[in-house]
Amino acid sequence: MKPGTSLIAAALALICLLALPYVFTQGFALSLLCQMGIATIFALSYNMLLGQTGLLSFGHAVYFGLGAFCAMHVLRWAGGTGIGGAWAVVLLPLIGGLGGLLAGLILGVVTTRRAGTIFAMISLGVGEMVASIAPMFPALFGGEAGLSANRVFGAPLFGITFGPQRQVYFLIVAWALVAAWGMRALTRTPLGRMANAVRDNPERAQFVGYNPQMVRLLMLALSGFFAGIAGGLSAINYEIVTGETLGANTSALVLLMAFIGGVGQFYGPIIGAVLVTFLQTALSQYTHAWLFYFGLFFLFMVLNAPGGIASLIQLHRDPWRQGLLRWIWPQYALAALPVALTLAGLIGVVELIYRIAGGVEAGETSWKLFGQAIDATRWQPWALALLLLAAGGAWLEKTWSGVAWQWQMVLLATARGNDR
Amino acid sequence: MSTSPVLPPALRLADVHKSFGKTAIIRGVDLDLIEGERHALIGPNGAGKSTLFNLISGRLHATAGTIQLRGADITRATPQAINRMGLARSFQVTNLFHRMTVFENLRCGALWSRGVGYTFWRRVDTLREANARADEVLEAIGLTRRRAVVAGELTYAEQRALEIGVTIACGAGVILLDEPTAGMSRSESDAAVALIKKVTIGKTLILVEHDMDVVFGIADRVSVLVYGEVIATGTPDAIHANIRVQEAYLGTDLAKGIDKELTGA
Ligand SMILES: Nc1ncnc2c1ncn2[C@@H]1O[C@H](COP(=O)(O)OP(=O)(O)O)[C@@H](O)[C@H]1O
Ligand SMILES: [Mg+2]
Repeated sequence: MKPGTSLIAAALALICLLALPYVFTQGFALSLLCQMGIATIFALSYNMLLGQTGLLSFGHAVYFGLGAFCAMHVLRWAGGTGIGGAWAVVLLPLIGGLGGLLAGLILGVVTTRRAGTIFAMISLGVGEMVASIAPMFPALFGGEAGLSANRVFGAPLFGITFGPQRQVYFLIVAWALVAAWGMRALTRTPLGRMANAVRDNPERAQFVGYNPQMVRLLMLALSGFFAGIAGGLSAINYEIVTGETLGANTSALVLLMAFIGGVGQFYGPIIGAVLVTFLQTALSQYTHAWLFYFGLFFLFMVLNAPGGIASLIQLHRDPWRQGLLRWIWPQYALAALPVALTLAGLIGVVELIYRIAGGVEAGETSWKLFGQAIDATRWQPWALALLLLAAGGAWLEKTWSGVAWQWQMVLLATARGNDR
Repeated sequence: MSTSPVLPPALRLADVHKSFGKTAIIRGVDLDLIEGERHALIGPNGAGKSTLFNLISGRLHATAGTIQLRGADITRATPQAINRMGLARSFQVTNLFHRMTVFENLRCGALWSRGVGYTFWRRVDTLREANARADEVLEAIGLTRRRAVVAGELTYAEQRALEIGVTIACGAGVILLDEPTAGMSRSESDAAVALIKKVTIGKTLILVEHDMDVVFGIADRVSVLVYGEVIATGTPDAIHANIRVQEAYLGTDLAKGIDKELTGA
């Protein structure tokens, strides 16, 4: 891309980010956008470990959560004394970041001694330990109810109080841009490059003069810093932080985001954070089986695109540049209908099973779809769903081999084009 | 009165032992490398040549004995500490940063010696010295056209060349090369010899090598390691004449190789 086009793209993206809260004005949409922004920072920070340093962490929520608690304490203190007002809120994520950084430095000494499975296990242990310690110190972590505060206090900043959700959204966007820029810049520093080296081959890193443990420790601490920023923003956004924030659920979620988005590209986790947050929030509005669908989707990605969505984008990039994708689009179009049918059948079966098994409120076995009443106790909907699934699946298998074959041709042509 | 400063050997091994469990693999090695010499270490498979390199470079620690680098004790030092003191090594089994490009591999090799450390507040592209060094080595190992290729996608010979490149990128004064030409064709191996000679000018080199053409083409001195002991050290010609070496290798390819080389057959 020429510098001119990337500048225009960046400007357009910025305009979109700023316009979003005026397009989606409902409270629900706005809070979803805020959540996505926070998740983006968190997932990018996670990928500093997984994608860049090769460290699979099962306890990254610790840095997010401890950052959030640090920010919350300062918020409560500032709110009580009225110090700083809206200024304090603007800078609060930095406090969260420093909390995460400190936690990373301290815990990292223990966790980064080893890489691979051992690091993963230790990170899990440390995460569980911190999460289980939290309830023992209600003064610090607020016990079961957590800690809450009011983000509106003191003097406003140019009329901004951070009362309205939209103002918080802009704060999150600003911090997300700064944090993403910082993390991107970090990949291009000596430490960032040696993190890649340690990921690829920690032993060789030693023989070029670097201590892999030190590289891992610094990356963990810096990753904790950015996770802490995300935590600080979440303290502002929700005005409450509970001990659960530190727990395994949060850690698992960020792993899923990074993995689904793709850890091999810098932008991968951004896609993952936006998508997973959307699925988690929006899907749960429509179906009780959302977690099941989510699991299915994750399984599908792991099996078919272990490099995440970003790897699929990368796959299309070179053929696209050479104008070869026009050979693929018709194949995709042909596959679209069978895909839709298979999905419809699958969703039908899953929903029917959920109704029968009492996944919904007891006894409620019928529901409305497109104005049509569907009763899970009758055989017709079952037959239709199974038929859709079987026929769609069979059809899809046929068309998909066409897609795969065409892809081989396109990749061959692309390779030839690249050599030229 | 002042004592005249005696230049310590580039590398000194004194009665070095290494056992894995009960098995003694290195059994009392004494070896001095003179500053600036090119030294070949030969010996049958399993003699302990790679193990000896591992001991010198800090990958393993000796069970007994001492190792000194220019007079400084490195017997218990970590690999990174030894590298920072000016010793670099290559590996018998290619050991690269396989998902990074050729250029990135070389630059990683050059970073520490340019005093960059763990810097995370400067862009690596703006470090002129490290980048210049990486490009210089890139040219020396003949991979300029493969600059942006990921190391894992190189051909075997190219990976071997990069292995040497990463080793020398830091500009260490003492260089250990473990079978740099293993598995190469004749012409590739000739190119590798020329490369090794070129990049080790003014350095102290010790290399493990099976190919006698390479040994006689490069080495000023040769040491023979058999069952964890150095049974002979001397010029290539003297080694050939050494009867114990003949015994150790009688009937082996290596002995035939030495014969062939010296008789010009
Ligand atoms: N880490 C290790 N643990 C146990 N035995 C080892 C280890 N490394 C090498 N050995 C043994 O030491 C002997 C010498 O190996 P090596 O130094 O690789 O020989 P060379 O390089 O001379 O062919 C071999 O018998 C090998 O099996
Ligand atoms: Mg060996």
